[in-house]
Amino acid sequence: MLIKVNGEARSVEPDRLSAVLDVLGYGEAIVATALNGEFVPAEARAETRLREGDRLEILAPMQGG
Amino acid sequence: MLRVYGEEIASRLLLGTALYPSPAIMVEAVRASRAQIVTVSLRREAGGGGGAGQDFWALIRELGVRVLPNTAGCHSVKEAVTTAQMAREVFGTPWIKLEVINDAETLQPDVFGLVEAAGILTREGFKVFPYCTEDLGVADRLLTAGCEVLMPWGAPIGSARGLNNVYGLRSLRAHFPDVPLVVDAGLGVPSHAAAAMELGYDAVLLNTAVAKAGDPAAMAGAFALAVEAGRTAFEADPIEARDMAAPSTPVLGKAFLE
Repeated sequence: MLIKVNGEARSVEPDRLSAVLDVLGYGEAIVATALNGEFVPAEARAETRLREGDRLEILAPMQGG
Repeated sequence: MLRVYGEEIASRLLLGTALYPSPAIMVEAVRASRAQIVTVSLRREAGGGGGAGQDFWALIRELGVRVLPNTAGCHSVKEAVTTAQMAREVFGTPWIKLEVINDAETLQPDVFGLVEAAGILTREGFKVFPYCTEDLGVADRLLTAGCEVLMPWGAPIGSARGLNNVYGLRSLRAHFPDVPLVVDAGLGVPSHAAAAMELGYDAVLLNTAVAKAGDPAAMAGAFALAVEAGRTAFEADPIEARDMAAPSTPVLGKAFLE
């Protein structure tokens, strides 16, 4: 299935968000996720299913002013 | 002691963590500033481990400071609210420096979006620190929306112009004597910070003036001194300015030597 991850097209096998994060290499990383512009809390990742064309944002702590 | 959302904070200087020449210099600057609150953000991170964000977060946690995540770069209420929700989970704090930006050139806040987002986030349990202007009506709306602190700009972000509208800032201070007020953005040199503190502002928040200085740690220390000096001066009740001279040496008893 083709989705957009942080603005880039990616092909992923699993459809559950938690599994997608694993295959994309986020493992234990401290990140927050949003699917199609809506925040998905960490505890909801296991039952959140992705669909073709979905936009996934994966954000991490960064410097800020 | 700065009091905000029921917390007592010893330092009245809030420091940003962006734009430093290196992470090590950022750490030195935070230590030299004696800031107890630093601002942070959320940005896209590549997978595969070793992401810059993870290293940055580890450094911040070692510093033992509170973090104030921002919604920098958000131009809509929706974007700002979603960013705040993501930040609360990642940083483990309900504090959010709420930025809803209107104009890309001046980074002036979209005050209508700001008020709307502040209301939504407050209802969701956030403690909102709104980046606003010195407009009294907007300030009133933000307080009504649930904000317990206001952060008016001194000047456009990164401009180093200092306090662009001293009259407006003084007026805001006078209208809301019991609300914690923080001058956020636009400061360039320590005297700007001292001036804000002398007006009775409770704290200042800055980033570029320290991060882009030739010696960020030294500049951070200079700002810390200025903030302390300005606050002490405010508490000492400064005299009023006047147009005409007033001799300080007693006139009475002066010899007649013509």
